Amino acid sequence: MAASGVYVYIGFDTRADGAYASVERMSANAFPLGSLARSLHRYASDAFVLVVLLHLVREWLLGRYAHFRRFSWTTGVFSLWLVYASGIGGYWLVWDTLAQYSLIATTEWLDALPFLGQLTRNFDATAKVSDRLFSLLIFLHIGIPLALLATMWVHVQRLARPATTPPRALALGTAGALVALALGKPVASAPPADLATVPGTLALDWFYLGVHAFADAAGAWALWAVLLGATACLLALPWLSREARARRPGAAVVDLANCNGCARCFADCPYAAVTMQPRSDGRNHLRQAVVDADLCAGCGVCAGACPSSTPFRSTAELVTGIDLPQAPIGALRAALEAALDRFSALPAGRRPNVVVFGCVPAHCGLDIRALDDASTAALPMLCAAQLPPSFVEYALRAGADGVLVTGCRGGTQGGDCVYRLGNRWTGLRLAGAREPHLRAAVPRDRVRIAWAGRGDEALLAGELRAFRASLATVPWPAGPRPKRSETAHARRD
Amino acid sequence: MSTLTAGKAANYALQAVCYAAFMAVVGYFATSPPYVHLPAGQAVVKLSLQHAGQRKEACRERSAEELAKLAPNMRAASDCPRERAPLVVDIRMDDQPLFALVAPPRGLSRDGASTVYRRVAVAAGTHRFETRLADSVDGTFRFTGQRTVDLKPGRVLVIDFDAKEGGWVFRE
Repeated sequence: MAASGVYVYIGFDTRADGAYASVERMSANAFPLGSLARSLHRYASDAFVLVVLLHLVREWLLGRYAHFRRFSWTTGVFSLWLVYASGIGGYWLVWDTLAQYSLIATTEWLDALPFLGQLTRNFDATAKVSDRLFSLLIFLHIGIPLALLATMWVHVQRLARPATTPPRALALGTAGALVALALGKPVASAPPADLATVPGTLALDWFYLGVHAFADAAGAWALWAVLLGATACLLALPWLSREARARRPGAAVVDLANCNGCARCFADCPYAAVTMQPRSDGRNHLRQAVVDADLCAGCGVCAGACPSSTPFRSTAELVTGIDLPQAPIGALRAALEAALDRFSALPAGRRPNVVVFGCVPAHCGLDIRALDDASTAALPMLCAAQLPPSFVEYALRAGADGVLVTGCRGGTQGGDCVYRLGNRWTGLRLAGAREPHLRAAVPRDRVRIAWAGRGDEALLAGELRAFRASLATVPWPAGPRPKRSETAHARRD
Repeated sequence: MSTLTAGKAANYALQAVCYAAFMAVVGYFATSPPYVHLPAGQAVVKLSLQHAGQRKEACRERSAEELAKLAPNMRAASDCPRERAPLVVDIRMDDQPLFALVAPPRGLSRDGASTVYRRVAVAAGTHRFETRLADSVDGTFRFTGQRTVDLKPGRVLVIDFDAKEGGWVFRE
């Protein structure tokens, strides 16, 4: 959209009496590729507003607006006004009857406010439309999108590694589809603006200009009421909705005695809630992790990244460098050990047994505890990425025949992960491509990842069956079966 | 064709369908359905004027005692209350009321010009307009006008007011 806009601007005549003709020259391709560039700019703008609205609805339906997401939500709501102001202002520059209609409809809407004066009086005669007005319109159509860009930058400030560009395949597909649409249905201007007439029937762009039709039908004040009311409702949602009233998840807590300042939690936090600051406890480390509780989502991804979160440690109580009070890593180890004890009592015919690590149902929408049976131990966590890879090795050493890790639907590129980066970090860690990594010595044919979300219960159960079937064909290496570390046994005894 | 290839082909086909559906929505609503802003056979009359009403109160000379009570830099000889009278506008078309309104002066002190903008769609054809404007406290219609206009379909008649040009202005 930006590229096509810059290109169109090169061929645009900024004079009041030259604007329409210059746009017509573009449509006639007297300006090289003018029609394609103009049509691309228009359709990309339409697609933009459609995608923005879909994004809004999706986040709303998924309940992603409360607590730590308030900032992103509210800045996003404000940016909606700029999206529309950017788009509607673009129509005016063509200075055809559609531009005339939109400009007058906008000023009539603004004139409903008691303190703005009567802007519409500036458009009751053609002689009043000057080059200065067009300079102002161009300034608005460049300035407001820049303000929108700045707002979008603010919008993602509380996200680590925001995905500001689509995946390459999606970008190419969308660009190709837009080019096809621009070539198949090139944008055409309406007749030139004439303020002595009123356009009768208009080929309205309903994505942007539908608000004018609403104001025509219901009145300017009705449009103000709807827009301000909708904005107020959207802004109130993070405070007044059921999601907002739900108890906020507890923030991560740093235990300096177990934090060596490695910054893995800082690198993996999806919401930039962890910062690295100079050491405050006098220990011989340069930095320490500090959690901003207001930004923290309580996802546990940091705990999964902490090198202290290893179950092989000999301490009786596993305390890690950064942890979630509501679901500590120590509790996960205790649950795993209980499951392993249960497996050890199984008759040989009930094998292979499998440990399943996955998200709690409140997050991914799927309850892995439904998989629990004599030879399956399902251990829910806050997020798949709360799982330190060392737990996988620990489980396999101590009696599990296989480990199935599951998280939100969508795969390691992100998908529907409630905490944005949980799937991605889990995939990379288990593939050995990100710290903390799953050691190369761990047999990969005994570890499987299966992404599943709400409604995928049967799919996940099928994955588990297939995994178990494959495990039956995978022999353990010759020699004695690996065991839990001696220190772990000693601790338990 | 192997199962994998068939699956890939189905995947690409489904993607193509999704792209086509998305672009169909974009392409359609970018221009359709047509919107009828002004029905055929109609024209528009716009009342668009800006005029400052008379002062509500006339200036009066301050007495020497009053001046003495004021700070030296505030001792203006005349006391002129700033507030202006609202405009009373009455427009009739074919002996029927078209616009009848009172426009208050603008500004916190109500000392600015009154501004009016209204529009209404009317049937095209020949119409007789009678216009009256009062700009003083007593409500006397000091400015009157009349014009018969043949309004073509889709045309705009702007009824303006310019005291320097003698009062009502009709622009077709």
